[in-house]
Amino acid sequence: MSIFVDKNTKVIVQGITGRDGSFHTQQMIDYGTQVVGGVTPGKGGSEVSGIPVFNSVAEAKSASGADCSVIYVPIRFVVDAIYEAIYAGIELVVVITEGIPTLEMTKLYPFIKSRGSRMIGPNCPGIITPGECKVGILPGHIHTPGPIGVVSRSGTLTYEVVHNLSKEGLGQSTCLGIGGDPIAGTNFIDCLDAFQKDAQTEAVVLVGEIGGTDEEQAAEFIKKNMDKPVVGLIVGRTAPPGKRMGHAGAIISGGKGTAEEKIAALTSAGVPVADIPSQIPGLVKEALEE
Amino acid sequence: MKIHEYQAKEIFVSFGVTIPRGKMVTTVQEAVAIAEEFGYPVAVKSQVLVGGRGKAGGIKLAKNKNEAEQHAESILGMDIKGLTVERLLIEEGVDIAQEFYVGVIVDRTTRKPTFMVSAEGGVEIEEVARQTPERIKKLSIDPFSGIFDFQARELASFLTDDFQLAGRIADFIKNLYRSFTACDASLAEINPLVVTKDGQVIALDAKINLDDNGLYRHQDHEQLRDKSEEGPSAADARQMGLSYIPLEGNIACVVNGAGLAMCTMDLIKYYGGEPANFLDIGGSSSPAKVTTAMKIVRAQGNADALLFNIFGGITRCDDVANGIKEAFAGKAPELPIVCRLTGTNEEKAKEIMASINIPTLTDMDQAVQKVVAVAKGG
Repeated sequence: MSIFVDKNTKVIVQGITGRDGSFHTQQMIDYGTQVVGGVTPGKGGSEVSGIPVFNSVAEAKSASGADCSVIYVPIRFVVDAIYEAIYAGIELVVVITEGIPTLEMTKLYPFIKSRGSRMIGPNCPGIITPGECKVGILPGHIHTPGPIGVVSRSGTLTYEVVHNLSKEGLGQSTCLGIGGDPIAGTNFIDCLDAFQKDAQTEAVVLVGEIGGTDEEQAAEFIKKNMDKPVVGLIVGRTAPPGKRMGHAGAIISGGKGTAEEKIAALTSAGVPVADIPSQIPGLVKEALEE
Repeated sequence: MKIHEYQAKEIFVSFGVTIPRGKMVTTVQEAVAIAEEFGYPVAVKSQVLVGGRGKAGGIKLAKNKNEAEQHAESILGMDIKGLTVERLLIEEGVDIAQEFYVGVIVDRTTRKPTFMVSAEGGVEIEEVARQTPERIKKLSIDPFSGIFDFQARELASFLTDDFQLAGRIADFIKNLYRSFTACDASLAEINPLVVTKDGQVIALDAKINLDDNGLYRHQDHEQLRDKSEEGPSAADARQMGLSYIPLEGNIACVVNGAGLAMCTMDLIKYYGGEPANFLDIGGSSSPAKVTTAMKIVRAQGNADALLFNIFGGITRCDDVANGIKEAFAGKAPELPIVCRLTGTNEEKAKEIMASINIPTLTDMDQAVQKVVAVAKGG
């Protein structure tokens, strides 16, 4: 078991002929992901890494039976690419591309919901169920199968956390980065809910950062709806207010979105919060023993 | 991206939002000439990208030529929260009867454009929100349909019982919404929105923050960027696709990924040091990004040691190592460097670093502890 993706997930790659798309297609195939097709308008009929390329998502889906799409297309084409995937009936869309205007996301989010699909990202590293399926750009080799779910707003910080878990013998059920934008297709609560219902997952690591109130809402959800242990990490304790810390969503404004508030909310929901990533495995082990 | 009040007003006026007659000037002579043309009183307003201009003495009313000259002289060149005033907005005086607050933002919780209006105009809206939240009305707008007339009337009616006036404010609100969406703003705020004694509805102040993610489809917005307030290092960083924020500490850090970069800062603090900056070199790194990062860190000048923290995914460790090698071009580094490189092409990177006599570590905690010790002279 796992959440959102597993060994049966059939993936198409939008932007498969691009530099990032073709490179990561090979990486995903090497990991064992079922990549069944690619899409680049105008390049239908060609192949990338032995994978057939189609002109549209609808064609790719009807030829391959894909249920998931990963999007690497450049920013100018990404909004259209997402709508195309949803119109074609793709259930899970993973958007790696960075830089979607927030006002576009205010439209995309309710549209995708209304179609019953799910989007992970944008501006995210993707999702991996270790040993089964990798969708995105996460480095496969640091992951090991096991009982820990990992959800994060970040990319490389997720790798750091996973690396620490694997080193201490704590394998993962599914790991995903939900992206650092103000509006994300999938939020912490969606993932916590899925991990709570997933039989393989025994504990969850939640990696948050300054900005917004997603972590506070996650804390509320954990208090009310979860009996599996959750361990937290919040970064940005030393960030100055009013400065965007790389991610569009990581900014303390009007006194809101501080690390202190988030840590307090999680602590009051019974979530132990690590000061630094290397403390996480110990906290997870303690939580599992209780 | 923040833009100046006069630039925001130029955008607003193109969407039918009423603003006072005004002109941006950069010299005292121009300021006086415009004041004479407008007639008195005129407002002399500093144009800097920071709040609290009024409190800092950066906005003054001139009742005659003498005062216009004095105010222009004292405000031009003035330092407001570390920024030097180089531009003034000279505006015709307005007879104020009432002041309101009207703003629209993208609300992260409702995931919708959301209006906030209050009859408490001219004061800090955050203060109103904290102390008397019932005096602010919030209304979310469906981004597909845009703002309906009845919604604009609902917002306006919260501000006044005068139905005639409410109609004019509702029109103003609709125009504000159109300008907000058309320019991909993350915030559009009028504080205060004033009603003049003869019943006109005017944006006395104006603020627009543009969504950085929207800039790619508004080529014309690039000319609005005030490069003088950005600084050369920030400009270098932006052009190279790096995120950079200077801080007060003495340990510089260069990291791949914003989350890991924040985490590195936190870790430096946790182990007893102070970070000198936030610097994210982003995902697919090239040696050029690394050399630019090095240039920025060196230019900042307050670092006693430099930490590289790279977790290779798409970022290849050997690219980073080559960048470091190029940055020094055969010369010994002028400040101690601690390097943590792990992940993709780690072994190649170690060889490159060994060739320039910089040892590499693979553990983040060890690397941070070491750089903190080195910065303290240990």
